[in-house]
Amino acid sequence: MSMPIHPSRRYLREETLPTAFCPGCYNGIVMNALFQAFKEMGVEDLRDYVFVSGIGCSSWIPSPYIKADSIHTLHGRAIPVATGVKLSRPELNVVVIAGDGDLASIGGNHLLHAARRNMDLVVVMINNLVYGMTRGQLAPTTPRGMKTITTPYGNPENPFDVARLLGYTEANYVARWCVCNYIQLKNSFKEVFTRIKRGFRFIEVYAPCITYVVRREKKSPGEKLKELMRRCIPLKKYYSLLDNERGDKIPIGVYKAEDKPGFLENYRAYIRKAMEG
Amino acid sequence: MARRMLLSGNEAIVYGALDAGCRFYAGYPITPSSEIMHLMAKEMPRVGGVFIQAEDELAAINMVIGASWGGLKSMTATSGPGLSLMQEGIGYAVMTETPLVIVDVMRTGPATGQATKPAQGDLMQARWGRHGDQYLVVLAAQDPQEAYDLVIEAFNIAEELRTPVILLIDEFIGHGREVVVVGKDVVIKNRRLPPPSGEWMPFDSEDPRQASPMPLLGKGYYVLVTGSTHNEYGYRDVHSFETHYRLVKRIKEKIIGNLDKMPKPIVLGKPDDAETAIVCFGSVCRSAREAFYKLRERGFRMVFVRLRTLWPLDYDHLSRILDNVEAVIVPELSLGQLIHDVREAVDTSTRVIGVNKVGGGLPIYPSEIIKVVKEACRK
Repeated sequence: MSMPIHPSRRYLREETLPTAFCPGCYNGIVMNALFQAFKEMGVEDLRDYVFVSGIGCSSWIPSPYIKADSIHTLHGRAIPVATGVKLSRPELNVVVIAGDGDLASIGGNHLLHAARRNMDLVVVMINNLVYGMTRGQLAPTTPRGMKTITTPYGNPENPFDVARLLGYTEANYVARWCVCNYIQLKNSFKEVFTRIKRGFRFIEVYAPCITYVVRREKKSPGEKLKELMRRCIPLKKYYSLLDNERGDKIPIGVYKAEDKPGFLENYRAYIRKAMEG
Repeated sequence: MARRMLLSGNEAIVYGALDAGCRFYAGYPITPSSEIMHLMAKEMPRVGGVFIQAEDELAAINMVIGASWGGLKSMTATSGPGLSLMQEGIGYAVMTETPLVIVDVMRTGPATGQATKPAQGDLMQARWGRHGDQYLVVLAAQDPQEAYDLVIEAFNIAEELRTPVILLIDEFIGHGREVVVVGKDVVIKNRRLPPPSGEWMPFDSEDPRQASPMPLLGKGYYVLVTGSTHNEYGYRDVHSFETHYRLVKRIKEKIIGNLDKMPKPIVLGKPDDAETAIVCFGSVCRSAREAFYKLRERGFRMVFVRLRTLWPLDYDHLSRILDNVEAVIVPELSLGQLIHDVREAVDTSTRVIGVNKVGGGLPIYPSEIIKVVKEACRK
């Protein structure tokens, strides 16, 4: 009897497997949700997709594991490189997959400006709450009070609520899901590739680092998922609560979903004007 | 069709780049390079290309990298502080063998310095500003006409060798307005694409002097581009000595081994019977040439060398030219950077004397060079 072939294998560079991710790492859930979305969309192969990533664990998802064109950029520069790719090759789907440190800290300026331009990119930010690849230092998303190797007495800083922040920009689509919301995450991926196909589309995936967050709490990956399921609440409800009522809750859901023309369409109109003039 | 236009160096750069086939420009405003961006903003959309004003220089250089992999000839322009900000991205372009052109319109520094005043202090940062072992091409133009000509050369070298090329001009050239002949029959080179079938490697080459074919995105090549050490197919290999050493050695050889493809120095006078030499680059060459002619009229035995390629530098060629001279004068709009190269090219008995002046928008006058040459000859 031959072994059944895993349906996601066509999207993977098999020679690079197994991945280098820690046992139990939630990156696998994100990959699976993305691949299932592709499968349900009827995507045969990823030759029309270009993945651009930065530096960090989640940036390793496309480089080298996804079988597609991929550019593994400098730390923080995935969005500008992706912008250059999209502007030079508008027919390609350009997808950024990177972490919270890469996109919201060292690359924070690019994130804001790409959202302001409503640049035609899909950006997936895997928020693991720390710098996982370099031993779990403080990230711009680390909750207050959390102990990391650079905040050994508990983080004195406030974290960014990145999805909420981008919800106030010109971005077309902004959502946050937790790794425990597998179906919603998968559907969100489908949404940004099929229904809203233009403009800046941002999906934050709340996925605590298995090694520097979850293990430190002495929890198994499964136990942590159960805990996260308890903590996730719809964002409307979350933001209606007073600060002291929010506790450890995580707001999930779609912050905005619009279908305005993205940068490219506006730029095409601009070029027409230039050529007429 | 060739036509004569009254252009500043900055404007000439734009027409040269467009004639070379540049179709992507990303930049961030900075004096004294901004006019390149202004004219690009006007002209690029008219030829169907892409112009974007980036949020900062880090974004600009990385957008250029992305567009180059997308298949467009791409460039940016900046000045000293902007070049400093772009350095990490330029290193990435070296490591990933991404063709692109950066024009640096030099001003005084360090830091903000005098933003509107010319200088030549970016030579070393253009050449060595990145961390690690990295090699790229640095050219320098002396006037608007040469800025036009050399930006075309810069694109040709970038595409043929899959490398970033930095073209240095300075505020004098960038803002100085002269007649420039544009639209001449120029030779345009394009990057080598992968063969339709058979074995090929995107990141290696049997002949280290030849760049590997550059795959286009979206064609089913499943390209892997990374700034980490990678093997011939782009897979990260961040542990092995062999992979890293082979990669950085090959990139070095690709630049250093292709001296014959670089713009040659302009030599005036007879090296064989010269006692004194002047070696220079960029806008200073015009004062230096004036000094050279005046001195020769008065009977001084001189040779004049104007470098157009600052890296890779043909030390052997320079050594041969300077073989017989007793003194070399190196005028620079800086406290002295090219002078180190000249010292390396001559033997220790040859005196190497700098004429250094920078700030306030003052040029080095021919009389200042003449004075130094006369003093050198008296000894």
